[in-house]
Amino acid sequence: MATEAHGEETGGLVFHPLDQFIVEPLFGNAGDPVHWYTITNVTLWMALAVLAIVALFVFGSRGRAIVPTRTQSIGEILYGFTYKMVEDVAGKDAIKFFPYIMSLFMFILFANYLGLLPMSFATTSHIAVTAVLALAVFLTVTIVGFVKNGVGFLGLFWVASAPLALRPILAIIELISYFVRPVSHSIRLGGNIMAGHAVIKVFAGFAAIAAISPFAVLSITAIYGLEVLVAGVQAYVFTILTCVYLKDALHPSH
Amino acid sequence: MATETENGAVDAAHGAAEAGGAGMPQLEFSTFGNQIFWLVVALVIIFFVLSKIALPRIAGVLAERQGTITNDLAAAEELKQKAVEAEEAYKQALADARSEAQKIVNDAKAEIQADLDAAQAKADAEIAAKTAESEKAIAEIRDGAADSAKEVARDTVKEILGAMGFSADARTVTSAVNARTKG
Repeated sequence: MATEAHGEETGGLVFHPLDQFIVEPLFGNAGDPVHWYTITNVTLWMALAVLAIVALFVFGSRGRAIVPTRTQSIGEILYGFTYKMVEDVAGKDAIKFFPYIMSLFMFILFANYLGLLPMSFATTSHIAVTAVLALAVFLTVTIVGFVKNGVGFLGLFWVASAPLALRPILAIIELISYFVRPVSHSIRLGGNIMAGHAVIKVFAGFAAIAAISPFAVLSITAIYGLEVLVAGVQAYVFTILTCVYLKDALHPSH
Repeated sequence: MATETENGAVDAAHGAAEAGGAGMPQLEFSTFGNQIFWLVVALVIIFFVLSKIALPRIAGVLAERQGTITNDLAAAEELKQKAVEAEEAYKQALADARSEAQKIVNDAKAEIQADLDAAQAKADAEIAAKTAESEKAIAEIRDGAADSAKEVARDTVKEILGAMGFSADARTVTSAVNARTKG
């Protein structure tokens, strides 16, 4: 993408670490306006994530085998892992949210890993995407909290175990932390993915200098390894925080 | 090198300025609608595929497998129990056979002993009978022999007396021979 956008620039060190995140129409010219319905690289890579998930979970489990095939086994491991996480962290009554949490987890996981393919586009590096995911969790949790507990959900902010004089202050702090949740939730994921990809691109820029290119290539390899870890961990963190928030909504008492 | 780096920095700044007003594609608000729209589409598809098709199917497979494993374990336990029972039965049969064999051996021994005793007794009786018979025969023979000897003696005496010119009556000879042969 960098070479497309800046092909005319030659010689010297050219750093365009953020160009890989540019949203552009898949068909037509690079500069064309992006409407909400335009098919862009975002559409492509999200569609690939959807296809990968369908391939793994629908076609992988097609045989419904008692002795699973390799693909079915991977799907079952992810299912069991997520199911256990929801059950352990959010509680048994949160199991009915399992498909919802599983969908978020699988989308983030597959988007993160597909974004690590060379020349790909990391959809989860965009704050617009992670903010929607985080807001979806925030709204779900808040609505579930009020539907399940009514006004009792506000007990989440009223720390009954603290001295009475401290409670209003703690309530303000709790309230602020509650509303900061979607912000931290989304920026943690988007920031991690964006930073990793940008750092790889910076080292790739250094690789143009012959003297330090071995070091640069080694660094890219190392950072890529780290990013493989980050991609999984960040998806996991997003999901487990969703479970924690859901537990707060179902059982608001401290 | 220094100038190159400087150039690079300038280029980077230039590129960033070119990419968008804020420099970060993430903050290019004109693309937000597009991303959000496609994200929602993707999430809705994933949610329906997972919740309607994939997750129930996997849950079914896992439950079925659990059931199969439980059944197999129960069957294995049952078979093990049967094996233990079979071994017990085998041991019992073996012990029964042993005692039966022992009994048969004892019976046979007793029977043989009885037969043997009977045969012994019969043989003894026969032997006794034979002995008695033999003794009787011997006695008869002996008696016969004594009589014959007396007769020969009488005849001899008669002949001798006749040859010497004496005549003796039979009674005297007989009594004389009897007296001699006695003892």
